[in-house]
Amino acid sequence: MSSTFFGISTLSYIAAMAIYISYLAFKKKGIGIFATSVTVFGFINQTIALLLRWSESYRLGIGRAPLTNLYESLIFFVWTLILIYLIIEFKYKTHVFGAFVTPIAGLALAFIELSGMSKNIEPLVPALQSNWLIAHVMISFLGYAAFGVSFATGLMYLILRSDNRRQGIYIFWTICVSIFIIILAAFGIDYIHYKAVSSGQEMIIKEHLFESTFKNPSLAIDTVSWLVSAGLIFILWRYGLALKRLLHSFSLSVEILDEITYKTIAIGFPLLTLGVITGAVWANTAWGVYWSWDPKETWSLITWFIYAVYLHGRFVRGWRGKKVAVLSVLGFVAVIFTYLGVNLLLSGLHSYGSMK
Amino acid sequence: MTKKEDTGFIDRVWNFFASVKLAIVLLITISLTSIIGTVIEQQAAPEENIKVISRLFGESIAPTLYNIFLKMGFMDMYHSWWFVALLLLFCCNLIICSFDRLPRILKIIREPMVPIKDESFKGVAIKRELRLKGNLIKVSNETAHVLKSFRYNFAEIKEEKNIQFLTQKGRYSRLGVYITHFSILLILTGALIGGLFGFKGFLNLPEGETSTVAYSRNGNPIPLGFAIRCNSFDVEYYKNMDMPKAYKSDLSIIVDGKEVERKTIVVNDPLTYNGITFYQSSYGMVPGADGKFILKVVSKNGIEKVYDNLKLGDSFDIPGTSMSAKILDFSPALAINDKTGKPYTYSDELVNPAIYIGVYDKGAEKYRGWILKRYPETSNLPEGHKIEFVDYWGVKYTGLQVRNDPGVWVVYIGCITITLGLIIAFFINHKRLWVRLSEEGGSTRVIFGGSANKNKLAFEREIERMVRVLEGGRK
Ligand code: HEM
Repeated sequence: MSSTFFGISTLSYIAAMAIYISYLAFKKKGIGIFATSVTVFGFINQTIALLLRWSESYRLGIGRAPLTNLYESLIFFVWTLILIYLIIEFKYKTHVFGAFVTPIAGLALAFIELSGMSKNIEPLVPALQSNWLIAHVMISFLGYAAFGVSFATGLMYLILRSDNRRQGIYIFWTICVSIFIIILAAFGIDYIHYKAVSSGQEMIIKEHLFESTFKNPSLAIDTVSWLVSAGLIFILWRYGLALKRLLHSFSLSVEILDEITYKTIAIGFPLLTLGVITGAVWANTAWGVYWSWDPKETWSLITWFIYAVYLHGRFVRGWRGKKVAVLSVLGFVAVIFTYLGVNLLLSGLHSYGSMK
Repeated sequence: MTKKEDTGFIDRVWNFFASVKLAIVLLITISLTSIIGTVIEQQAAPEENIKVISRLFGESIAPTLYNIFLKMGFMDMYHSWWFVALLLLFCCNLIICSFDRLPRILKIIREPMVPIKDESFKGVAIKRELRLKGNLIKVSNETAHVLKSFRYNFAEIKEEKNIQFLTQKGRYSRLGVYITHFSILLILTGALIGGLFGFKGFLNLPEGETSTVAYSRNGNPIPLGFAIRCNSFDVEYYKNMDMPKAYKSDLSIIVDGKEVERKTIVVNDPLTYNGITFYQSSYGMVPGADGKFILKVVSKNGIEKVYDNLKLGDSFDIPGTSMSAKILDFSPALAINDKTGKPYTYSDELVNPAIYIGVYDKGAEKYRGWILKRYPETSNLPEGHKIEFVDYWGVKYTGLQVRNDPGVWVVYIGCITITLGLIIAFFINHKRLWVRLSEEGGSTRVIFGGSANKNKLAFEREIERMVRVLEGGRK
């Protein structure tokens, strides 16, 4: 039951992403309203899906909040991201941010599809049966969603504040956006490729991630992938100022972007702190160690530090504008790395890390 | 002369440590160096990391690089001298920075507000001006009323021809940042206390056995000061699945031969005695152990008997009847082959333990069958008697993590105060409001001036509401 609603919401968000981007291009008010309606529709469906999944778990006799595995936590992340986004859209009365926030939801949803992670409601192994864990996941993802918004507004700020192609921040944001697009595209190609190859067979795509592109056994495809990526970075770099002009035409004020970036970080930072704390308490009740410097813990600490630098830079050193906007983007990159990179990249180097 | 230079030097050191620039540099340095430890596996076998290094940098230089990294402490990075030094520097920075600023902050908090001299409130962040009919006394009464209704306690300063109300809210919120910083120190102190005075150990305790020590990582015994006994260990499974639902150890604490505490622990619910905590962590089979079957036999008319010392091949009576039974076979993990319908053992682990029972009446065999521990419905005999397979006892050991961490409460208090500190720092405003009333001609001029250390917009709206109430109250 719930999976139908999840499916509808996923499609809605991906459609909304396209509509928001075309709104950016065509600037028709009607398109903006349409984009918002589709997002709201997706959000309602997702809310129903989450509630259904919760009650389904009780029917299966497992009874627990839908927040305990990677699939559920990513779904919850998307849900909160959209919620926060809708609140901001309502408050600041503009659809423009949508073109920057919905792709983050798109990335998360694409990752869910790709990684072949289990969507079943599975009983919990003993270590995961903890209310601290549920609190930990819920609080962390609320924080991540707030940071997701600050990432989007920080990025827009950088775009609006760049003047020429030699500027450091210009190069920074064009590379960031390119990498984002490249990863999303590589995920998509992997997905299409393995769906075709495996022909309906269950297959963990995660273990073959990027094998259709960057890690392809064929050297030619490998090279082409890197060349295409370099090309994309170049194109974005060459024509990125057009995006700036486009954003400019919406007469967004950079002050408001800066303010939203700060406000969402001010919400995200205490949540991240509390998330790390509840995680530590959980570890302590389960194993008697609240901190063990494992890669995930360490990366969440690094994330925490980056946002601490943002706060001190802004409030004590009086950094304004570009410098702190760069930090808000880097902070969210660290968030993504904490959540996905540790599992995908570092676990490729070692034996630890699983899709649990 | 020398003295002056001396203070100059000390001042310079002090300023260096008090600077937020250093804080930012340290935060970035600690972040960047921490990454190393997430790539190189910590406290791991050398081969593991040589493999990682050769994947990253190439096979040929991996051993050399490994040795360089080893010397730099990368293999146990978070305990290396330079990382600990960074953390220490960070603490010094935090302490000295707080000492440097706190007096100023306390002064701001304690100092009473002073009236604004400048008549038109130039340079005040938020300003609203209005003119009301009525004399000074009347308008000042009304203004006082509005301030009270917005829950502002105020001081009133009367001059010849004007009155100023001074009021502020949330001045202690300025301490939020310092609570936050202090909490970080508290958490690190707690970690230090744990590291210096606590211990980490483990203990594999077979069912029925008692231990007075735990073991450290390298196998040295650590005396507990009391004895701990494992009464039994059990794995509970989800219905019809081989997925464990709970690992349970029934433990007793024994002091001077007397049981002083008994608890069944599971993962996420440990047992603490005398500051030492036992966590359920793993389990296993004791090699070559001689197990006992524990069976609970209940006859049709409710007579119950527990046999706790049966071996394979042993016979026992069904109480109150002339019947008896015998344990003919045992399987640690019984399954039925789908096609042939024959039972077989699918694992050496005690995943689905079962006994094969023969039932006899006055010596003559009546029937045989399997009784499974995880499936209580298999314990019913046709006559209405019940033979429950309670446990195959004495073959398992429970794996316990044994921890003593006297610093954990300091850490937890730090966690609570850091949360409070952050909430205060981010969500409570220090708002200051001056209202100046002066009679000019037949009417009274009212100026609201306000300042807030954050979220000025919200304060502006609040002042706006006050003004509207003040105006509205007159109609
Ligand atoms: C990871 C560690 C740290 C955390 C989480 C942290 C947290 C904070 C927070 C939340 C604020 C308030 C920012 C705001 O007003 O929005 C703050 C301010 C400040 N922090 Fe830190 N801090 C850390 C480390 C440090 C260190 C090492 C120093 C040492 C110099 C420092 C010095 C300051 C100062 C001077 C302020 C401004 C205080 C004021 O406004 O009076 N912080 N910090």
